[in-house]
Amino acid sequence: MDNATTLMPLFYVLIFPGFAFLVAFSLLAEFFDRKVYARLQNRQGPPWYQPLADLIKLLGKEDIVTDAADRAMVTAVPLFGLAAVVASFLYIPLWTADWAFSFTGDIVVIIYLLTIPAFVLVLLGWYSPNPFGSLGTSRVIAQLFGYEVPFTLAMLTPAIVAQSWKLTDILRYQADHQWFIVLTPIAFIGALVALIGKLERVPFDIPHAKTEIVGGPMTEYTGRKLALLRMMFQTETVVGAAFIAVAFLGGPYLFGLTAGLEGSFLGALVGFLIVMLKSVLLILILSLIKALFARLRIEQMVRWCLLWLTVPLLIQILAVVVL
Amino acid sequence: MGRITFPIGPQHPALKEPESFKITAEGECVVEVDIRLGYVHRSIEAACCHRNFVQSMYVCERICGICSHSHNNSFARGAEVLLGLEVPPRAKYIRTIVAELERIHSHLLWLGVAGHEIGFETLFMLVWRDRETVLDLQEMISGNRNHYGMSTIGGVKFDLTTEMVDKIRASLDILAERVAYYKHVATTEVTLLKRVENVGVLSEQLARDLGACGPTLRASNVAYDVRAAIPYDAYPDVEFEVSTSDLCDVLGRTIVRVLEMAQAINIIRQLLDKLPEGDIQVRARPRVPEGEVVIRTEAPRGELFYYLRSDGSDKPARVKVRTPTLANWPATIAMLEGAYVADVPISIASIDPCMSCTDR
Repeated sequence: MDNATTLMPLFYVLIFPGFAFLVAFSLLAEFFDRKVYARLQNRQGPPWYQPLADLIKLLGKEDIVTDAADRAMVTAVPLFGLAAVVASFLYIPLWTADWAFSFTGDIVVIIYLLTIPAFVLVLLGWYSPNPFGSLGTSRVIAQLFGYEVPFTLAMLTPAIVAQSWKLTDILRYQADHQWFIVLTPIAFIGALVALIGKLERVPFDIPHAKTEIVGGPMTEYTGRKLALLRMMFQTETVVGAAFIAVAFLGGPYLFGLTAGLEGSFLGALVGFLIVMLKSVLLILILSLIKALFARLRIEQMVRWCLLWLTVPLLIQILAVVVL
Repeated sequence: MGRITFPIGPQHPALKEPESFKITAEGECVVEVDIRLGYVHRSIEAACCHRNFVQSMYVCERICGICSHSHNNSFARGAEVLLGLEVPPRAKYIRTIVAELERIHSHLLWLGVAGHEIGFETLFMLVWRDRETVLDLQEMISGNRNHYGMSTIGGVKFDLTTEMVDKIRASLDILAERVAYYKHVATTEVTLLKRVENVGVLSEQLARDLGACGPTLRASNVAYDVRAAIPYDAYPDVEFEVSTSDLCDVLGRTIVRVLEMAQAINIIRQLLDKLPEGDIQVRARPRVPEGEVVIRTEAPRGELFYYLRSDGSDKPARVKVRTPTLANWPATIAMLEGAYVADVPISIASIDPCMSCTDR
């Protein structure tokens, strides 16, 4: 094996489309989110480098772990969560249906990896001696029941229609037929709403509702660990948006722009930009929702999700299977 | 799930001032609330007793940073009664205009904070932007945004010019439009309603028994307002309704405050139309004759009570202040017990607490 073939996987994982690109893009997405949110509230909003400045500031702060906390656990868990999110990004076909990392069942792996941040929060709250951490943990678990079932059901609907557990096959099906946002609109809405629950954004920011339980599971964390946790949520936003963009919005396909360019560098570039554009559009929707709503209570959230997300999604899956 | 005890305050994101609530919860349900006051005690009474009446009036204004005019005006009115002074009508009108502007700014501030407590940051930002309109008016009239120093013993410090009256009228039109909009938002926004309907319920009987006051009392369907019950300053000359609601919850308190803002705009317009000409101040002697007086004022948060006693010197012998927030604490505890943990911040906020007022 020559050097190039040994180094390429490392390049994929660490630089592009892996860790470095994901962090850069998520910082940009965070800026976009904050700016849109600010403008909707008649505020000026932060400059473009603010998310980066926040990250650097947090990284430079003193790293405090309370005596009552389990030091090894508290240090390892945020890293574990970030690693899971970064790993899940590799399986999302970003510019072509011939994705190198694709395999049968990758959609399940992505769903699984995107669940890990919730468990990271549970562990953090569990190992923190803070009462707000315990309350936050119980809310994280309760909320998990609210959104995880609809999210899985919603993401599996395209798989059932395309009759494949492979994301690239779902992509090809959309290229041949129609985007899944048109074919299964309820699943798209369900996935987006469940993603809000996953990302703990308004109106589902219940587990870390600051006026109620300060920071929830994250109350005791500061410095590097808080930076990692924030980065985990920011990257999860981008990964979740890209996941939905590929599964429902036709990924790199848009008005046949990439037609005839398959396999070429230009085709890959255009396709990649289209996926990024669609992800940013989804993040825009998330920002609008954030500006429009108040925070719900945990029992309202779970009841609403089970009634108005899970039930319609089950009906849709039933319809898809029968038809 | 076992019981868990956690503190809300003295340092907590939900509270803007230090006060401590020890909450015992079973899962998401509150079973016990213990409240501790006194974190911002500043010995206002002792400070007043060591200063002369005019100085004390300004000390009292510093009791609160939001309803400062209510304190300042109550003290001035008390001293005027002891001195036997008759305040010129124009001064009374200007006092009332400033008091009602203060009510609008206080209620807008409250609406924003309520939005913040339930995670509705957009409402918070937009309401506080509109609040600037009132603060600009106050700055134009008195030179200050919050501590106006408007009333003085025997009248007011600053006169209203014709340009000021025009400016106030123009700003009131903007405010009236925004208040109508917020009334629409408060009664129709779905997630907002989900968080305020049937939250922090205080029945009419309980409100009376626990001695609640102000918008908290009026939202429990008791039409009691000091401005209507014992009219002072220019209130006898204006017509207004006492805003009430029979909802008895946080939504009711929101509606009452929004309606009160509309009434305040209405009151100021009437006062501007009828504004009499004449002096704004009469001379007051520094030595206040022996005697005692009780003054009641409808501050934005409820009934404000002042007791002044003079021993014949130029310094007050006693200055006892009972603020509306203190009267509302027992009702707050009643609202919290049995509520959800998530509703604790908005329930506490719903009485529009002013901790610095309470502790003095």
